[in-house]
Amino acid sequence: MEDINIVIGGAAGEGVQTVGAVLAETLLSQGYAVFAWQEFESRIRGGQNSYSLRIGESVRNAPLMQADILLALNDGAAEKYHDRLKEGGVLIGPSDKMDPAILIPFADLAKERLESGLYANTIALGAIIGTLDIPLETLFRVLLPRFEKKGEKVVSKNRDAAEIGFRMAEEKCRDKCPWRLPEREERYHLIDGHEAAALGAVYAGCRFMAGYPMSPATNLLTFLAKENERFGVFVEQAEDEIAAVNMAIGASFAGVRAMTASSGGGFALMVEAISLAGMIETPLVIVLAQRPGPATGLPTRTAQGDLLFAIHSGHGEFPKAVLAPADPKDAFHQMVLAFNLADQYQIPVIVLTDQFLADSAFSIADFEVNGSAPEYHLADPDSIQEYRRFRITDSGVSPRLYPGQSRHLVGADSDEHDEFGHITEDLEGIAPEMNQKRLRKVHGLQKEIPPPKEYRLKSARTVFVAWGSSRDAVLESMDLLKHDGFDVGLIHFSGVWPLPEYAFPEGKDYVSVEGNATGQLARLLENEYGIRIDRHIPRTDGLPFTADYIRSRFHE
Amino acid sequence: MSDTKAFNNQVGIQWCPGCPNFGILQAVKKALAELGKEPHEVCLVSGIGQAAKLPHYLNCNFFNGLHGRALPAAVGIHCANPTLTTLVTTGEGDCYGEGGNHFIHTIMRNPDITVMVHNNEFYALTKGQASPTTLPGEKRALQQKGVEKAQMNMPALAVANGCTFVARGFAGELDHLTDLIVRAVNHTGFSHLEVIQPCITWSKRPVSWYRERIYELDEDYDSGDRDAALKMLLEETEKKPIGVLYQTQPRKTMGARFRQTITDRPLPELKPIGAETIQSALNDYRPD
Repeated sequence: MEDINIVIGGAAGEGVQTVGAVLAETLLSQGYAVFAWQEFESRIRGGQNSYSLRIGESVRNAPLMQADILLALNDGAAEKYHDRLKEGGVLIGPSDKMDPAILIPFADLAKERLESGLYANTIALGAIIGTLDIPLETLFRVLLPRFEKKGEKVVSKNRDAAEIGFRMAEEKCRDKCPWRLPEREERYHLIDGHEAAALGAVYAGCRFMAGYPMSPATNLLTFLAKENERFGVFVEQAEDEIAAVNMAIGASFAGVRAMTASSGGGFALMVEAISLAGMIETPLVIVLAQRPGPATGLPTRTAQGDLLFAIHSGHGEFPKAVLAPADPKDAFHQMVLAFNLADQYQIPVIVLTDQFLADSAFSIADFEVNGSAPEYHLADPDSIQEYRRFRITDSGVSPRLYPGQSRHLVGADSDEHDEFGHITEDLEGIAPEMNQKRLRKVHGLQKEIPPPKEYRLKSARTVFVAWGSSRDAVLESMDLLKHDGFDVGLIHFSGVWPLPEYAFPEGKDYVSVEGNATGQLARLLENEYGIRIDRHIPRTDGLPFTADYIRSRFHE
Repeated sequence: MSDTKAFNNQVGIQWCPGCPNFGILQAVKKALAELGKEPHEVCLVSGIGQAAKLPHYLNCNFFNGLHGRALPAAVGIHCANPTLTTLVTTGEGDCYGEGGNHFIHTIMRNPDITVMVHNNEFYALTKGQASPTTLPGEKRALQQKGVEKAQMNMPALAVANGCTFVARGFAGELDHLTDLIVRAVNHTGFSHLEVIQPCITWSKRPVSWYRERIYELDEDYDSGDRDAALKMLLEETEKKPIGVLYQTQPRKTMGARFRQTITDRPLPELKPIGAETIQSALNDYRPD
């Protein structure tokens, strides 16, 4: 079967997300892989938002713009998203204004037959299920438990509402709807990037998170706050991002694995403290969830515009690591790696996500905890006679204890300091030695950064370079390009700083594919590896890469 | 009572010779000994400034962080390990100026920590510019024609925003200050102790001028009367009362719910959530 793309459009507050989420879960229990992607405006009510569901027999976690089925919850949504409907696609809409193939006046029907407009969305859900020829029972199993707390009457009305939509679609679908989705054996995980990242943090042993709400980073905080009793992470909403990051550093100094998260503007406020973490060699994990800038930018949209900012964040020179997961499973394991590296090298580690990764739900065939595990690197106080927190060592890593752990005293100073952490101005002795000690850590650190992944390099003349969450769209574009007669490969980076040792194959044309205007990865690779990137395929409109987008830019 | 000498260390002190900060340092040591603390049970936290150097001169754990950010760091340390005695020692430029927002929010958050604010009424380490507490009209390094802003009244702000312990001491009254530190640390919740600290380098006035304008609160002063405390602080003239300005019943402290419902153990001592629990959480994302 070819993948089916369903777009649900509606105003903010109208239930687009809920309808989308229930539909996604229903498809999942029918045995299909689903990729759910949302785009929305920065407002709580009104506007027009969309939730796109890509349905397939195998996993393809990349968005499609063209819709086979467009469900418009209102006329405005039908108008806004009509262009995305494929030829032969089916519009399900509430009035005859846009001449829908399937006209179902959701709200009027709900009021007439169920005495409340509240059931409009369930009618719409029933209609989609009917269009896809999925048994109503599958929908009921997912939908009805959500209403159990509200009582028998609400459950039964929802059942009736779904049935009304289902029957109407079934009737109007004759000759128009070619889709059939019989039940399959497969069962995929469906999870978004930040849920997976939060679970990775918990698995890594994180017990403290402070943050200040900012899209698209907020859902990390929300997740850990909601799951407080289950995972026991101390969550604090700070007065600003400066407080958040300093709280996390304080907690980490006191011995607990701690993190914070923000988007570009809030991250900018944290930058001084990143330098502090570098100076006092205190582990720190920061999730930087990117959205388009500069300044407030497009708050609810996606971008890959902060790569060089993250790598260069912080005044002075000190080692840090920057990771950029490609999907939720990668995000889970990279969070564990982030905490391990932060602990082992006593450095700040930045995990770069973005609105697309944070808010999209990806299907994953096999999501196992195995593959990474928390590793702890605290020193043993009993093995130490005279404790020097910043002892000069060959590796640059000093024995880390935390205050109160033993009778050994632990100090930290943002000034240049001696081995005990006390202020120094010894310009010929300990001050430069301490700086070199910290910088030495990068040699060990570099070996721990995951190398880039290579795809179809051998036969390719042209090779894409990409990083982070665009991976699957780029891979899909390579299929399309192959169909067009072009053999294209991919080198994908999910560890972006320090860059690992890597030899780029010679004799290839390199094209960077990045969600920014200036080819930030390309510039980084040119600087660090001395290669030449011949072309850029940028995207800066706040939308994620799609295979079609990359393909058409490639041919320009 | 532990040994005051246990808190001595050999770090060379960078304050001007004769600085009243030496008196404050001695009071902190005496108070910690009086509280029966051992060096490893204490964590001193500061930002940047002359006062913020104090943690270096005591034998104990210390965190000398960024300018203005002592309180959030202290909050993080306290959340991670509430069994440590967390004491912030910092100046008014650091705490009321650069870090003013954190001060207000830390009052509301009410962690069980103490902040000592050395108030010398200007910036000393950067050579004499006005601070939030400089008297209006006073000429300072950057305010050549005199300070135009109003003077900040943090003790009044602290009382108004629900701080349950607000006190003021004088750097030259060692025993009185020691007692205030002991009471501040013993008070459950966020304790605000402002210390009048004359600067002998950048001030135009002699130490005696500061001494003359302080007075100890009467024994019949009712520190539990919020309205009276506010009235006194708002109507304050050049005469500055020292002592416990306001103290009331402790209210719920930061993290109380977490420690009641999740765990009351220091966070670093907790075992990580195991692989099985995480795998089962991941499996919740897959239908049966």
